Amino acid sequence: MAHDTHDIHRSRTEFEFIKKKRATEMRGQLTSFAMMIFLTLIAFTLVAADFSNYLIVPIILLLAAIQVVLQLYNFMHMSNKGHGMMAFFMFSGIFVAFTIVLTMVTIVWW
Amino acid sequence: MSSNSQKKGFGATIWDYLTTVDHKKIAILYLISGGFFFLVGGVEAMMIRIQLMKAGNDFLSAGTYNEVLTMHGTTMIFLAAMPILLAFMNAVSPLQIGARDVAFPFLNSLGFWLFFFGGIFLNLSWFLGGAPDAGWTNYASLALASEGHGIDFYSLGLTISGFGTLIAGINFLVTIINMRAPGMTYMRMPLFTWTTFVASALILLAFPPLTVGIFFMVFDRLFGANFFDVTMGGNTIIWEHFFWIFGHPEVYILILPAFGIFSEIFAIFSRKRLFGYTALVFATILIGFYGFMVWAHHMFTVGLGPTANAVFALATMIIAVPTGIKIFNWLLTIWGGNISFTVPMIYAVAFIPSFVAGGVTGVMQAIAPLDYQLHDSYFIVAHFHYVIVGGVVLAILAGTHLYWPKMFGTMLSEKLGKWTFWFFFIGFHLTFFIQHFLGLMGMPRRVYTFGADQGWDLFNAISSAGALLMAIGILILLVNVVMTVMKGERVGNDPWGDGRTLEWAIPSPPPFYNFAQTPLVRGLDPYWIEKMEGNKEGMVYAEPLGDIHMPNGSFIPFVISLGMFIAAFGAMYHTDGHAWALPVLIGGLAITFGSMLVRSLKDDLGFHVTKEELIADNERIQREARALEGGKKGGLK
Repeated sequence: MAHDTHDIHRSRTEFEFIKKKRATEMRGQLTSFAMMIFLTLIAFTLVAADFSNYLIVPIILLLAAIQVVLQLYNFMHMSNKGHGMMAFFMFSGIFVAFTIVLTMVTIVWW
Repeated sequence: MSSNSQKKGFGATIWDYLTTVDHKKIAILYLISGGFFFLVGGVEAMMIRIQLMKAGNDFLSAGTYNEVLTMHGTTMIFLAAMPILLAFMNAVSPLQIGARDVAFPFLNSLGFWLFFFGGIFLNLSWFLGGAPDAGWTNYASLALASEGHGIDFYSLGLTISGFGTLIAGINFLVTIINMRAPGMTYMRMPLFTWTTFVASALILLAFPPLTVGIFFMVFDRLFGANFFDVTMGGNTIIWEHFFWIFGHPEVYILILPAFGIFSEIFAIFSRKRLFGYTALVFATILIGFYGFMVWAHHMFTVGLGPTANAVFALATMIIAVPTGIKIFNWLLTIWGGNISFTVPMIYAVAFIPSFVAGGVTGVMQAIAPLDYQLHDSYFIVAHFHYVIVGGVVLAILAGTHLYWPKMFGTMLSEKLGKWTFWFFFIGFHLTFFIQHFLGLMGMPRRVYTFGADQGWDLFNAISSAGALLMAIGILILLVNVVMTVMKGERVGNDPWGDGRTLEWAIPSPPPFYNFAQTPLVRGLDPYWIEKMEGNKEGMVYAEPLGDIHMPNGSFIPFVISLGMFIAAFGAMYHTDGHAWALPVLIGGLAITFGSMLVRSLKDDLGFHVTKEELIADNERIQREARALEGGKKGGLK
């Protein structure tokens, strides 16, 4: 109710600052977009060049992991402020899942 | 709404509790139903001890013994310990962070009713052809061979109540991340809130593996899948992995809130701020992480190989480090404190040696070669009862005494509380200490009887006598509860006189909106800070008095859970070829999804408590507080 109304008045400096920040963000997005296309190209080239599967599979998995991180940070706003707890939980979850899969693969099915 | 304080009829009260979304009332629901299942599990424990009282006893048949044993473990873990801890989490942690409710009040109620119906479903197995009988771990090779519907009751019941627990965990995570009062930074959160937070994170990460495992189990048993059937190319060990990937964090889900309760008690009754608060917080987080890296220590004798056993043995031993940090911090909190030995404090002091004993036997079992000797013997039974009864149950009893005034506005009798404590504590050590030696003498766990020539008679008789003392202790607690409720002597905000955290700054029980104005937190132990600075109100405020937005109660969570309860019967009896089973399954799911649809389509925007109502309510609270002052001084001393 009464507590929830917000009025936004920006000074000239604030406006300049936000403009600059958005420009930086945009540049980051474009860079990571280019990188993602490049990573995809590498993946396709690897397959087309007919390397051994033992080389291709781990490299593609690695590239995929990099892409996920780029996606999360530059497009899904995890680089912005206030996402620390979210990142902590995501990485804990990934870590737990990874150790479990690793153990399963190495001690149950190997 | 001042109408809230008016006396209600019996039917209206029941309806109020069926539809409530208030975290304090849901806490009471959790406490009552968890307490009920605790008694059920306790009766099962007594039956086990009566059966093992003497050699060759025939009180229970072998098959019934397996059922009683399975249901004792399952009930105590899933339906008693966890819900009672959830009761304290619900009752206390929103108050400790200065919130008006949890983040999702509707889901809070849904979580409770799912747990409740899951628990009822599981226990109905006693009346419908036999309870589960494959142990609480439900190992697949046993479970798949089990006749009748016992295992189906287990898997479907735990699926339903597992949904409830998962929902509760997520709810607390969101609440603690988002709803802390201004100034309540993470490193100012009371330890009980911290342990609630970490335990909720463990729930979030640990319950999915259980759900997956049980899902496979349901498909194997009811729909002809072969996940665990070795003869059909399945792998029976995978169940054990799934179960323990869940099961080990589960024991930390139980023990961490227990640690939280004791941390509060040590600080309150030593009248000192917690020694090493930061270390305690990081030890809690560390225990949470390690909890996921040690599950295979339950499976040393499966034959995972020396490398896996060595890795998991080392990881297990590392857990003793953060736990040791906690123990020393508690000891140093008491050190030099102005100690008062109230009932909660006695439990807390008794907890330290009991739990350490359990921890030390735990490290013994972490040594894989030694575990080959101890595995599946009564030594293991003694160990986990030392950590669970000596840790979790003592915390539950301590928490019941500590938070009873905050939850119900009355004080449990200290005198009867001490009787409970001594009966329970002596009984507990009598029952379980001697079981270490039974284990070393070779008595295997889960056996329904033993021979007179095996030399186990005396120790088993002593163990059963101890169980009787524990039962007497719990009966005294029940008498205490009934007497306290009958007497109904109201107490003030801070009945222990030395409360440190925000929940003691507001009336007992708190008004339904908790805080008329959101408090401003100026440091660790905010209420203590204000008291020490002579602030009579006990709080400084972060906002002016204004209208408060509150959620409406809802009957829908009950109906959603009821639908799943009905559907579970359909799914189970479908395999017997009953014609009615499929319609029941579909009907139950229709009720569940239909009520979800109603919830989604019907906007429920809640209501506002106006400023005028708040002022009127505050006057009532002041009047009652003055009446308390004028009459016999409430609370301790």
